[in-house]
Amino acid sequence: MAMWLFLGSECLLFGGLISTYMLYRGRHSANLGPDQVFDIPFTSVSSFVLLMSSLTMVLAVSSSARNDDRGTNLWLVVTALLGATFVGGQVYEFTAFYREGLGFTTSLFSSSFYTLTGFHGVHVTVGIIMLMALVGINKRGRIPGKKSEVVELIGLYWHFVDIVWIVIFTLVYLIPS
Amino acid sequence: MTTTDHTDTDTGHDTGQGEHGVHKPDSFYIQVALILGAITAAEVYASYAGWLGRAFVPLLLIMMVIKFLMVVSLFMHLKFDNKIFSYLFYAGLILAVLVYAAALATFRFFSPT
Repeated sequence: MAMWLFLGSECLLFGGLISTYMLYRGRHSANLGPDQVFDIPFTSVSSFVLLMSSLTMVLAVSSSARNDDRGTNLWLVVTALLGATFVGGQVYEFTAFYREGLGFTTSLFSSSFYTLTGFHGVHVTVGIIMLMALVGINKRGRIPGKKSEVVELIGLYWHFVDIVWIVIFTLVYLIPS
Repeated sequence: MTTTDHTDTDTGHDTGQGEHGVHKPDSFYIQVALILGAITAAEVYASYAGWLGRAFVPLLLIMMVIKFLMVVSLFMHLKFDNKIFSYLFYAGLILAVLVYAAALATFRFFSPT
């Protein structure tokens, strides 16, 4: 229940960040707006990678429910790798934007964009750390209580990060300003 | 140790947390992921298809909501889990949407330009 309450409160956090972006996405210079800097094909691939990480996460939860430790660890590591690929893509994207002249303080659009997507990236990174910690603890057999519940709780967090990106991808990247 | 683990298992079922009954076969989740991938591809195609006109944004929003609900209800098992979890999550979500829609409205976000 605590996890669902936490996720409900996270909706408010990301709701605020998305609203701020929606408000300021038109506040930019003529040549450094969303339509000029966004690379939709690249972000689409990143989105697909994160979406598939939700599949591998649910397969890890499914394996843990069957008490299949090897399968659980395998799918958790694959999920973490897919998450790391997504974060790597985000770092590349940020670097490319910065080289084009879009810094954090360049415009209200850039500030709200970097804050929103950066916060999401931090959530993915925290998720990767949680996944790798879970793999380590699981290998040592030190998971307290029911193992499948612990995996499922981390899975809930990971899926939440995915659904936030589903919203960001559509509202920020696909809908033109 | 075994006894303790067993007790924990029973407790988990009584509180409706992490029930084994909510888990579907792996093939089911793969099918869901394929549908999600196909919707994402459709979203990207729609963003390049110029012929959609005014239907473009509503179509994207509908596809976004479908993907969102599929992940929440099927991957997060909210559809099969205790209803209290649904209430908690959707309460936060609806509250967020209403509060920020009202906040954006105060900035005349929705007014015609």
